[in-house]
Amino acid sequence: MKQDVSQDTRDTAGAPGARADVVLPSLGVFGTLRWAWTQLTSMRTALFLLLLLAVAAVPGSLFPQRPANPAVVTQYIQDNPDTGPVLDWFQLFDVYSSVWFSAIYLLLFISLIGCVVPRAIAHLRAVRSTPPRTPKRLSRLPVYGTLEVPADRARDAGLTPSSAAEQAAAVLRKRGYRVDVRDAGTDRPSVGAERGLAKELGNLVFHTSLIGVLVSVAVGGLFGYNGQKVIVEGDSFVNTLIGYDSFSPGSNFSDDQLEPYSIRLDSFDVRFDREQESHYGQPLDFTANVTTQDGPGEDEAQQVLKVNAPITIGGTNVYLVGNGYAPVVTVRDGEGNIAQQGPVVSVPSDGLYTSLIVIKAPDAKPDQLGFVGFFLPTAFVDEKGVSFSRDPDPFNPQLNLNSYYGDLGLDDGTPENVYVLDTENLTELNSRNNDDGGIVLGVGQTYDLPEGKGSVTFDGLKRYVALDIHHDPGELGALVFSTLALLGLSASLFIGRRRLWVRTGEHPDGRLMVEYGLLARGEDHRLPAEGAAVEKLLADRFLVPTGSAGDHSHQDAAPAGTGQSHTNAKDKS
Amino acid sequence: MTPPVNAELGQISELFMLLASIAYVVALVFFVLDLVKSSSTIGSLETRLADEQAAPARSLAGVGARGGSSTAAAAGSPATADASMDYGSGPRRRSARIAVSLTVLAAVVHGAAVLTRAIAAHRVPWGNMYEFCTTGAFLVAAIFLITLTRKDLRFVGSFVVGLVVIMLCAATVGFPTPVARLIPALQSYWLIVHVSIAVASSALFTITFAMSVLQLLQTSREAKLLAGKADTARFLRLVPSALSLENLSYRLNAVAFVGWTFTLMAGAIWAEQAWGRYWGWDTKEVWTFVIWTVYAGYLHARATRGWTGTRAAWLSIVGYLCIVFNFTIVNIYFSGLHSYSGV
Ligand code: HEM
Repeated sequence: MKQDVSQDTRDTAGAPGARADVVLPSLGVFGTLRWAWTQLTSMRTALFLLLLLAVAAVPGSLFPQRPANPAVVTQYIQDNPDTGPVLDWFQLFDVYSSVWFSAIYLLLFISLIGCVVPRAIAHLRAVRSTPPRTPKRLSRLPVYGTLEVPADRARDAGLTPSSAAEQAAAVLRKRGYRVDVRDAGTDRPSVGAERGLAKELGNLVFHTSLIGVLVSVAVGGLFGYNGQKVIVEGDSFVNTLIGYDSFSPGSNFSDDQLEPYSIRLDSFDVRFDREQESHYGQPLDFTANVTTQDGPGEDEAQQVLKVNAPITIGGTNVYLVGNGYAPVVTVRDGEGNIAQQGPVVSVPSDGLYTSLIVIKAPDAKPDQLGFVGFFLPTAFVDEKGVSFSRDPDPFNPQLNLNSYYGDLGLDDGTPENVYVLDTENLTELNSRNNDDGGIVLGVGQTYDLPEGKGSVTFDGLKRYVALDIHHDPGELGALVFSTLALLGLSASLFIGRRRLWVRTGEHPDGRLMVEYGLLARGEDHRLPAEGAAVEKLLADRFLVPTGSAGDHSHQDAAPAGTGQSHTNAKDKS
Repeated sequence: MTPPVNAELGQISELFMLLASIAYVVALVFFVLDLVKSSSTIGSLETRLADEQAAPARSLAGVGARGGSSTAAAAGSPATADASMDYGSGPRRRSARIAVSLTVLAAVVHGAAVLTRAIAAHRVPWGNMYEFCTTGAFLVAAIFLITLTRKDLRFVGSFVVGLVVIMLCAATVGFPTPVARLIPALQSYWLIVHVSIAVASSALFTITFAMSVLQLLQTSREAKLLAGKADTARFLRLVPSALSLENLSYRLNAVAFVGWTFTLMAGAIWAEQAWGRYWGWDTKEVWTFVIWTVYAGYLHARATRGWTGTRAAWLSIVGYLCIVFNFTIVNIYFSGLHSYSGV
């Protein structure tokens, strides 16, 4: 049904359609529903929805998106108090899960189903049926030609119109046509042939696979999960909910999906470009050497994790998505006890690994201690006295810190961000702006805090890696369906669907005449070439030269690209 | 470990690139000259014919069969070039020959430039914006020349070579980058697969963009002629009818669309390997998707009544503008996971 509409939009383009394109709604609920359905599944609606989808996807690249950058969105709304909330109300920070975006693609896919199902049925019918009946006058087809077998040769070879038709059918079958010989035994037998049904099949596979891709994405969203974890050299991660720094489960996630494997970061090797002036210090290689264990008590395995080369373990993939330095620091409190000791993860802010660092010592007594500052792998001081990093490798590691004491605000139960120190309720001890100045520490150095509040020591340096851990059960489906879609698409676009007829007959003077005509369904610029190829095969079969008298195919073929012949090439059947 | 980058060879590559650009510019001049000259030759030929025969301009029967396209290219009509776009018809065009020869020369030098850069860097020459531009421009020229061996598309020459020149200028002026190794994020064979197909498809889209623009011009000219108005855009005589332009660009767009679909898939597979998810609506992904959807719309339009011809051509143009936008504005100004060394 649908197919007819789309077909005749192409086929009889320009000619006034025999049937009305838009059926006026007949009264009643069913009539209206049917009318709505017809509209929804029309080619025009599909086109409209496709273009609408393209437009609707754009804002997601203009505004920060919550799933990718929640913090940036919050910041954006703070910075634009007038427009921010309005944009938010329109879901412009969650474009791809917004009501309007979902509505467009869901409608598109409903339209798609409404389109594919009737076409699949029609195609099935076409596959089962015999090639269409032979037109009365083949010479009216866009590509047409005749061959004649001289009377004596026909006689010697025992060729009759019927046996010639049979032979032509055999030739065509070998070329991949479905054939049907009709009127055998009469004086004007003919062969109906058709090939390229895979074109329509490809189109159906393509559209159906798109549904498959969508379903696979949905499965991933429902049953998948992903989490992030930072591991410092020497430390381990165990795949349990509390093991993650952050975790986003799919809507149908349950804890028992997590297999308790573990990963230990043995070492992390970094190589920077040292050859080239222009790219000096650009990273060349990141390699994490890890030891994995499928579960407690299982065998350990050494593995290498690199960018672009994840490791697969326990139903998840583990990706190397970031790295940086973790200075090892000891903080002693005012009573001389160790309040905090160990590596502290710093966050790189540029390609030279100038890194922000926050150290919190909530156990310090009598006052909690906090430090904020930056870590420089290769520290230099410029003429204004400002320290900066000159190289990403740790040639002269240095900590530059401000210190505070007071209430770190960690006890009231609100989730803390380990990378931020809220200094509102703290008293400043050291900073560039006060008399005691900022703290500057090289490796192995200790600084005693003013007022006997304690001390801080820079013991050494470790590296860390940031891992993303993903489980997506829809991934394989998405791959399979998109591959199918690609194959179907190619078949649909590049296979020519053609019909071909051959008719034979005997001239009164004994010559055997073979005429053929071809017709394409849809666009097919190779139709004349196919005609020529078939003519050659038939000529070889009947041992006659090609291009014999009465061959129109060349006249017809020459202006193949022109509008006139092109219009002819459209399937009028 | 790969051997060090060969900076000297990199400089030779840049020299080649400069030479190629100069040759392209000269070719461009000849292509334009050809348009000007040939259209006036045809024009005067026609006037003479008209004087001799005192016959009215041939009628343009059969116009407007489909969505404003015309079939004015009926054999012998001087209003447009031969629709088959085969060689051999029409007057000899010396300037066009020179232009094509120069383009071949430029493309050979250009190819050498791309190749030496690849050798200098010990990797595929598409790792940053400079390289996308230069390699992409080479593909545009190469695909154009290959098509020229089969069809007489010299009428789009000034357009295509003009775009090549723009791409080379953008590379050398906008994104100059010395040869370098790849950052870890780009060290993947998916770079080879994904980017090469993306660049090749974009090159094809570039050519169809040129043809779609010509198609629109030709359509309005055909309508004008049909209405009996004067022919103001004579150079379009060298160009085939709007309908044959539409048909050929459809064929090229179909190939390019399959390429783009593959680009999108390969990108998703690579994203899965690098970032752990095959699709995340990163800005670059968004725009790849938008482009894909627009061209899907184009293919649909070709099968929708009232949308063939002019409207389809507009979709093809919009699709190409999205590609340009994706490549320039999005790469440079939009933040996202995709980042390229050097830019
Ligand atoms: C998810 C949305 C869709 C996408 C991405 C899409 C994409 C495409 C593409 C790329 C083609 C050209 C390749 C080919 O011929 O196989 C095509 C053709 C086609 N599509 Fe869709 N399509 C979508 C939805 C629909 C819907 C909803 C309909 C029904 C109304 C439809 C009907 C058709 C038809 C009839 C053709 C064949 C056109 C021809 O004969 O050239 N499509 N589609």
